[in-house]
Amino acid sequence: MTCAEIHPAALRVVIIAATLLVWEFAARRFGDPLFISPPSRVAAALFGLAHQREILAAVGLTCWELIVAFVFSVVIGLAVGLIVGLSRFTRGSLYPVILLFYAVPQATILPLFVLAFGIGPASKIAFGVSHGIFPVILTVVAGARNIEPVLITTARSMGANRRQILTSVIFPHMVPSFFTGLRLGMTAVLFGVLLAELYVSQSGVGHFTTEFTQTFQPQNLFALIAVLAAIAVTLNELCRWAESRFTRWHA
Amino acid sequence: MKRLRFAERLVQVGFVAAVLLAWQIATTRGHLSPLFLPPLVSVYRDFVSLLASGKFWPDLRTTLYELALGFVIAAVAGTVIGYAVSRSGYSVKIFDPLFAGLYAIPAILLFPLYVLFFGIGPGSKIAMGATIAFFPVVLSTIAGLSYVNRSYVTAARSMGASPPQMFWSVMLPAALPVLLTGLRMGLILAFLSILGTETISSFSGLGHRIVELGENLDTSNMFAYILFVIAIALLLNAGLSFAEARWKEPPA
Repeated sequence: MTCAEIHPAALRVVIIAATLLVWEFAARRFGDPLFISPPSRVAAALFGLAHQREILAAVGLTCWELIVAFVFSVVIGLAVGLIVGLSRFTRGSLYPVILLFYAVPQATILPLFVLAFGIGPASKIAFGVSHGIFPVILTVVAGARNIEPVLITTARSMGANRRQILTSVIFPHMVPSFFTGLRLGMTAVLFGVLLAELYVSQSGVGHFTTEFTQTFQPQNLFALIAVLAAIAVTLNELCRWAESRFTRWHA
Repeated sequence: MKRLRFAERLVQVGFVAAVLLAWQIATTRGHLSPLFLPPLVSVYRDFVSLLASGKFWPDLRTTLYELALGFVIAAVAGTVIGYAVSRSGYSVKIFDPLFAGLYAIPAILLFPLYVLFFGIGPGSKIAMGATIAFFPVVLSTIAGLSYVNRSYVTAARSMGASPPQMFWSVMLPAALPVLLTGLRMGLILAFLSILGTETISSFSGLGHRIVELGENLDTSNMFAYILFVIAIALLLNAGLSFAEARWKEPPA
């Protein structure tokens, strides 16, 4: 029972530190330096990468693609979601069509995106959007569907017109699920953009990951991946924060 | 009501028909290069000959092998670790946020490392599928087992259930719906990531075949393979829904 006195978060830090230490020693003692790097060497490589302008540019471009793809996903997803979700007829008729598109594994049509948009940022943004819009559409539709009819009936009986019902009852009611959609959309956009980045090996981040793998520079590969992971986690956390911030009032 | 259902079906069929018609017209009458979008008819012809010839087997076998192995690794590791963690509320408090935090990292980023470790063959795809499927499985196992209604456990214990009985007759049936959702999500994520990583770099598999046909500008065949993969994905989804509906039925 003594261990129950230690705060779980503190023990978590200890576990992470222990993992890094084991990794450090194992990599130094047994690891092949062509394949694995101890964390200390990865940290050192991080500073080396920070001085290479091309790598900074590639990482910056990836950030830009992620943000643009996310914004497009949200705007398009919200528009489509509202069109499909707000009327019973469009929901019944178009929702299955959207589910059909959602069932297509987009990874298989990645080459088409590159054919259509080239190897630059456009294809990665488009591919990210193709992943990101679906969670947004699905949650917006779900939010519009789950409104309790009694709320609308009440508003109507108090003399609200259709517009007032929309802005005062339906939209506020959709806010929580919309923010859940933002978070899921961000996860999907990250998958799409990063997959496309890794696929296109002629330029951008994919070029460097391929180069570091082929020339056996694991410390640089680990460092680059760590930077991208940090960016991804930051974006994820921002969305999670927004979700908890805007869904708190909702029971 | 019945007329409404009919109208909805009409819109659906009309939408799909309009897309197909636009596709056919754009490719035969328009100025769209067949290298970019092949005519519908030739895609259909290639799709039929693909099914008839059975030349999809080697690629399908590779992809399904990678999926099966990756998923089994994730399912076993995820449920065993999840079970171990869920044994005490304290370890849930430690490990649940840890796994959730790691889950926030897009696992696809690890793929270059896996290529370095396991090579460009199936090994790196199996590792990718296993990694990406592990997190939903472990998180749902923890969630399912640690939120079992306490009164079930108390009732079973007061009736003298042994630990194995407690696990098989109380904990597992109660946690099963959440667990199955995690497994289903894991399988789908593994399938998508395996296709994706085959696309990025590979020697074989369906994802690789599609890229190769695309790079050889054999777009009609490429579309046929894309249709084939979509059909496989739909079958997988239908199979999962069926299994889930069967398993989730409360034992009578």
